[in-house]
Parts: sequence; structure tokens; C-alpha cells
Amino acid sequence: MLVIHEALACPAGRAAAEDRPRAAWVGQAAFAPPPIATAYGTLLNHRDALAALGDAVHQPPYKAPPKAPVLYIKPRHCLAGHGAAVEVPADAEALEVGAQLGIVIGREACRVREAEALAHVAGYTVCSDLSVPHPSYYRPSLRYKARDGFLPLGPWIVAARHVPQPDALEVVVQIDGQEAQRYSTAGMQRGVARLIAEVSAFMTLAPGDLLMLGAGPAAPLARAGQTVRISIDGVGTLEHRLVAEAAA
Amino acid sequence: MKHARIAWAGAVHHAVADGDRLLLADGTLLAEDEVVWLPPVQPGTIIALGINYADHKKELAKELTLTAKDEPLAFLKGPNALIGHRGRTRRPADAAFMHYECELAVVIGRPTKRVKRAEALHYVAGYTIANDYAVRDYLENWYRPNLRVKNRDGATALGPWLVDAADVPDPHALSLRTLVNGEPRQHGNTRDLIDDVPALIEYLSSFMTLAPGDIILTGTPEGVSNVMPGDEVVCEIEGLGRLLNTIVSEGP
Repeated sequence: MLVIHEALACPAGRAAAEDRPRAAWVGQAAFAPPPIATAYGTLLNHRDALAALGDAVHQPPYKAPPKAPVLYIKPRHCLAGHGAAVEVPADAEALEVGAQLGIVIGREACRVREAEALAHVAGYTVCSDLSVPHPSYYRPSLRYKARDGFLPLGPWIVAARHVPQPDALEVVVQIDGQEAQRYSTAGMQRGVARLIAEVSAFMTLAPGDLLMLGAGPAAPLARAGQTVRISIDGVGTLEHRLVAEAAA
Repeated sequence: MKHARIAWAGAVHHAVADGDRLLLADGTLLAEDEVVWLPPVQPGTIIALGINYADHKKELAKELTLTAKDEPLAFLKGPNALIGHRGRTRRPADAAFMHYECELAVVIGRPTKRVKRAEALHYVAGYTIANDYAVRDYLENWYRPNLRVKNRDGATALGPWLVDAADVPDPHALSLRTLVNGEPRQHGNTRDLIDDVPALIEYLSSFMTLAPGDIILTGTPEGVSNVMPGDEVVCEIEGLGRLLNTIVSEGP
């Protein structure tokens, strides 16, 4: 039986965890993005994504593997909903699709311990963290990651109680119907609870904030004209298109 | 006009400067130390510039593996970092080098995308002062400057006022300085910005929509130095006021 949980998460906080399952037909409608306050991303959290860099992590400019979680921000103009058409900049051949689990905070998380971290989660969503491929992780330009529409997410937020094992979810990416990536959130260096604990040690996560767990290894590329579909077990299926940038 | 957001007598108010005092909408006049100062803007996207003064670039040269600079070094901050005038910022117990950065902050007033330099200042609501602390100990070479250095809770003081753009005829002729316990430590002038305010707005809006409440911290000149718990740090910018912040040790 198909059960779809309507997104009820909101920046107001605890109400986010109240879910009211109902049957609905989503069809091809475009959705507004779930109401996210600040969106934080985590780079290279998947063990194989970090391993793929090989010895480069010890070479300049990095000189050492990352110690703390490598975080970045996707600002508000990046947010886009299920069904969105995202513009590929004229100077980019393709975009990298950082398909990943989004953790939506329900209760303020400040210096929380790993054992208590999951109690601060309202729910989960599917994120397509788009980037213009860039060769260096040293100090990449905002142009690569912070463009309008570069974070489609949704279609909804599924209440945390319906996702008992967030660290064992299969993520599948299809591009134009062809499987392009498949990985499990079990491969993360830091699972959901540990990531929240380490981030909240220096940065308070507010109700409605989104913390992305990190993309899988070998993130696929997609070009203008293609459709990206990301499914995460028990969380949902997010679909969006890429289109060529409109002339300035 | 100079605008503030304050908390007083159990509510949040908009206030304007009236001489040395704050004037509320109902006519109440309050002294600076009677109120809790909040950041003067409810922030949207917070964009900060690294190394946007030639002298500061030289100062950091040893640490940077920076070569030719082809575009502004911009990064983002979250709203958790902001704190108002007369606030307290925590210094981590294990830090060896935590420094202030006095910066001209530009507040966007109207939505814009792909604006050209000549029109860019029309989209500015006003200006304020930022003190954007960094804890250098946590610097890692992945997505610099990493958020553990630059996005700590309460480590970006903003205020006291949002000064209307109309009252700042030339944002590129403002002297700025930082005093620690009354001793001047940092001097600069916004005329020395490598990428000036219109250039930054043109650059950023070339790939992202800027919206009201977005804040651009334009970078800091040379003269950064370590600060310790108990230090009173004042950042001054000509015509914008003086932003006071006190360093405290990291409590439980």
C-alpha cells in the first residue's frame, strides 16, 4: 500500500514532528520546497568519497585529511521543490548531483551528545545538492554551489519516527530513467547522530535547519534536458529537471 | 536615519537614534545601556569576503597558498553566528589565536539578479559594522574558511545601527579601526577595498539572487591580533558608529 506522509515540518519547531499520514496522488505537480531555515551541507562524509581522493588528501593544498566535518551553506535562493526545473549555467557542460539524505532539525541542537542527537531531528527529506563540477575542495567559489535553484529537495519531510534507521538507507539516483548511482547511508564516516553532535559543538542548529548527511561516492553528472530522480528508502522520491540557462 | 533592533521591557522593538539615545515608536527614549541590542537586521543570506584589502592579503601571505586572484573570495555564514552590539563572544578554551575583523557590512534592500556595477548601489538599504571573529586554530584546508573557524555561535557581532544608505554618500571613504581595551590595533579605510561595494554586488548577483535582508561583509584590513577573555573589543566605522563586544571564556 502506498502511504504518503504530507510534509508538516515547519520552522516553528516541535510541530514539525507531528505527522498526519494521508493518501495523496502527487502526479507531476511542482512542489514548493519544504520550509527550510538554513541549509548546511557536509562534504566527503562518505568513506568511499574521501578514499577516492587517494593520496591527494596529504598533498598541497590540503596537506592533511579533514578532521572536523567539512561543512558548507546552501543559501535560501538555492532551495527548489520537487518537480523544479533548474538552470544549468551556460558555461557548465553538466552539473554534479549530490544525492543525499537531508536531516531536518525539530528542536534546537546546541552541544548535543551523540546519544541524544536523534531526539533533535524532526524528520528527513531527499536532497539533490547540485554543483558545477570543480576540481578543488580548497576554497571553491560560491559560483559552483550557491546558484539559484541548486538545492531541489522534498517532496516532503517524513517524520523521524517513520525512519528508524537513517544510517542504513539506500539512495538510488536515476538520470533519464537509467540508474546512475546507488549507495547506502551506512557508508558514512559520521552517521546522523554523530554528525549532529560534532556540528552542534560549535554551531547551534535551529528548528527548521537542514543538515545534509553527505553525498555518495562518484556523484553522477546530469546535463540540461535531463531528468534527475533520487529515491531514498522510506523517505521518498525527488524528481527535478535540468534546463539550459535562459539568456541574460 | 539610524535604525536598531532592541529588546526592552519584555518585547522586541525597532528604535531610531536620537542623539545618544534610542527613540521607540511610542516616543520612549532609552539610554544605550538600558536595552539589549539585537543585530539590526533579520538576516537573509550572509555573505562574507576574505582578503578584500590589499594590506590584509599581505599580512596573511605566509599562510595562504593563494596565487593569482581571479574573483572575490566569498563565503557564507549562518544566522547562528550573529550577535548584537554589547554582546559577548566566547573564546574556545583550547584556542591559541582568535582574532577580530572589523568590516563594513552592506545590507541589501531590494531583490536583484545580474545587476551592473553602475546600478548596484540602488539595491543597498544601508550599512552597518561587523566584527567577524575567526578562530585560526581550527583552520583546515577543505572548503576554506571552514565553518568551525568562521561560523561559530555568536562570533559575528553586527550593529549597533543599520544606517540608511542615503546617509552614507560614499561608502568607499570610511575610516575604520578596532580598539582592544581602548588600545588601537587595527586601522583601515574602505577606499582600499580590492573589490568595492558595487563590484561585490555585481559579482554576487551574476549567479545568485540577492534579496532584502541579505548582508555582505566586505572584508577586513590588516591589524588582526589575538584577543582573550575579558577583552573589550570596539570596532568603529566613520559615520556608522562603534560596535562593542566582550570576549568571555567558553562556559559549559
